[in-house]
Amino acid sequence: MFTYYLQLALRSLGRNKALTALMVLAVALGIGASMTTLIVFHVLSGDPLPGRSAQLYYPQVDPRDNGGLMPGKDPPGQVTLIDGRNLLHARHADRQALMTGGSVPVQPDMAAIDPFYVDARYTSADFFPMFAVPFRYGHGWTAADDGAKARQVVIGHELNNRLFGGRDSVGRQLRLAGTSFRIVGVLDDWRPAPHFYDLNMGAYDSAEQVFLPLETALALRLDHDGSTDCWGNGSGGVGTGLPSNSCVWLQFWVQLNDSASASAYRDFLARYSQQQRTLGRFQRAPNVRLPSLMQWLDYNHVVPDDVRLQTGLAFGFLLVCLVNTVGLMLAKFMRRAGELGVRRALGASRRAVFEQLLIESGVIGLVGGIGGLLLALLGLWIVRQRAASYAGLAQLDPQMLLATFLLAIGATLVAGLLPAWRACQVTPALQLKSN
Amino acid sequence: MEIRPILASLRKHRIPALLIVLEIALACAVLCNAVFLIGARAGEIALPNAIDEQGLSVVTLTGADPDRAASEIPRNLDALRRIRGVREVAVLNTVPLSGNGWNSNFTTRPDMKPTDKGSINSNVYLMGEGAGRALGLRLTQGRMFTGEDYASASMGSSFMPETHVAIVNQRLAERLWPGQSPLGRKMYVNQYWYQVVGVVANVLRPKQAGAGLPGIYDAAFFPMQPTAELSYYVLRGAPADRERIARQAEDALSGLEPAAVAEGKTFVDIRGDYFSGAASMVWMLVLVCVVMLAVTAFGIVGLTSFWVAQRRRQIGIRRAVGARRGHILSYFRTENFLLSGAGVLLGMLLAFGINLYLMQHYEMARMPWYYLPAGAITLWLLGQVAVFGPAHRAAAVPPVEATRSA
Repeated sequence: MFTYYLQLALRSLGRNKALTALMVLAVALGIGASMTTLIVFHVLSGDPLPGRSAQLYYPQVDPRDNGGLMPGKDPPGQVTLIDGRNLLHARHADRQALMTGGSVPVQPDMAAIDPFYVDARYTSADFFPMFAVPFRYGHGWTAADDGAKARQVVIGHELNNRLFGGRDSVGRQLRLAGTSFRIVGVLDDWRPAPHFYDLNMGAYDSAEQVFLPLETALALRLDHDGSTDCWGNGSGGVGTGLPSNSCVWLQFWVQLNDSASASAYRDFLARYSQQQRTLGRFQRAPNVRLPSLMQWLDYNHVVPDDVRLQTGLAFGFLLVCLVNTVGLMLAKFMRRAGELGVRRALGASRRAVFEQLLIESGVIGLVGGIGGLLLALLGLWIVRQRAASYAGLAQLDPQMLLATFLLAIGATLVAGLLPAWRACQVTPALQLKSN
Repeated sequence: MEIRPILASLRKHRIPALLIVLEIALACAVLCNAVFLIGARAGEIALPNAIDEQGLSVVTLTGADPDRAASEIPRNLDALRRIRGVREVAVLNTVPLSGNGWNSNFTTRPDMKPTDKGSINSNVYLMGEGAGRALGLRLTQGRMFTGEDYASASMGSSFMPETHVAIVNQRLAERLWPGQSPLGRKMYVNQYWYQVVGVVANVLRPKQAGAGLPGIYDAAFFPMQPTAELSYYVLRGAPADRERIARQAEDALSGLEPAAVAEGKTFVDIRGDYFSGAASMVWMLVLVCVVMLAVTAFGIVGLTSFWVAQRRRQIGIRRAVGARRGHILSYFRTENFLLSGAGVLLGMLLAFGINLYLMQHYEMARMPWYYLPAGAITLWLLGQVAVFGPAHRAAAVPPVEATRSA
């Protein structure tokens, strides 16, 4: 019966080509616009580390003075160097890493390549295992290397391609900011989106190409980039000076494998704050937070408002398109009242007629969905041409491909319900008589 | 035109009539809000900025040796001044819309802390000598900095400049001292104080920070001798030369500072980059609006055509009993007018509701009232245009149709 109805549907759709084209086009435009924005939204609000993000937390403590104290105000979004080191060395979490961003001049030995700047990340050793960073060659450094201020570097594969033509460069020397470093690892393609571990560096920027031990970078006074917030008489450390201890400018991440250790860690942060207060460093009552990775992204509103607004408007547009399709389908089905009357008179039940008409709207949804998919691909291509940092991320994945078709067919079936139901109400006798 | 027969006929076709009303209402609601958003974003893109945007080129220098800034900056400025067509050269810590802000909270009383409520977050522009002329700042009150001001100002151990003079944007002056003359008044950051010597027409901040868009003109200017913090070289020339000047200036600085990275851009490009997100939002919304209006119009055409086809016989009868073509035409037009009217009434309510929702959840202003009638009139007109074709076909139905069976 299904194939027969399908044939009927195709024949009926072929009979009035303009009306069919109009319906398909409306569905395609609505689906195209809403899926383009939805895919961008989906990519931007996605989980940067699926499967691991639930165990990652971003501890916050409040080292500020009492000037302008507002009760209940959130602690700063970064840590000071002294707190970062204290928390790092306390080793209360399963893994922990203290880091900040910077940029370093790469000075290749080959005369053919001029020096150039790359974004760098100065971090402690746990960064790589904690964030499951994939390595193409070699590995990260160890906590002992951190302590020894080792001249070791991990580079991204783009930089490896540029300097070493993609070959295994582990063990070779690389000159950065006038100092020679030994390459211990080369990363595989790695671009967590959002750039969750340091949102100040552009929430959707690509990962850095140079990773150095934090203590090494501090000892060499390498340039530090990102946000620095100071209070009291803190000095931001412009140029190569280090920010003072009344400035927050580092990110501290921990891995806590279960919720018991998470709540234990929260207690530890409160104890730590109390202890610092006793020592006279902290002035406020303990004010700690321990958001998980996804909570931290949410708190920082990483998805741009414009992307949310676009998605909302595009769905408004889809709704207009669907109401339009309901109207056109109603017109089409009612015009065939005579034909449906004959089918009913020959013994077809209401249900059968209803099914036939729904299949017809499903066909419109399928064709419209294919058109919508093409339009969405075009839309994504346009998004990728834009200057926004997230532009390169706008790609269609299989999940969203399926969602496109489900949305298209689901929406048109819902749109077909009312017209099909109306058409079923046709009294066969009346139609036969008037004909 | 008698509307009772129209209402009676609509009552018989409740569902198609409701669908047209609903479609127009939704389109009206989306249109009003989208156009409002377009207006807001376009307003941002066109924010005035009282500097010589057209004639400016900017070169940023990163990675220069900070300890040698005092001797290298004058040398660099000399080299840039020799580029053909360059009238003014100076160096600053940042430029408007560069995205690289340097913010501090200012107060109007020495006993207030920068973290207190009532302090105003403002950008700090550190200007090397001649930067006022190079940017093309427009002084409205007081004076610019003197050579003495520049020579004595330095960066101390803190993030605030060691000087006691400042020039403020008009807007910042109004916010700090509402209704009073700002000249001679002092603004404070902890133990630092600065006396306002001049007021300039509003210059944009490097980026929206703290107060968001309303604070985009909160900026103050301070003199500064050549120091490592100054890394934005601005060159002013004729607008026609700006591309070449940016390129040549980049080459000149790269040559002088081989270890550092110089990047030259025209200010027009800096502005374009800063607002690229807003610009693409505008285009996307314009596209959605146009396509949506087209879809709505075709929907009206489709439904009305169906209606006309269904009523050929009735139209024939009316024509046979004496109605003119004009009567038929105006029947369908009036019918559409009534449906659109109901649609836009509902649509204006919806548009208002959506705006309220957006105001609650996003940084969005209240939609001015005139957007609603403007959107309503647009859709009303659209309905009339869309109904034109089907109504004409209806009017062309010959009276003899009455005698044929359907």
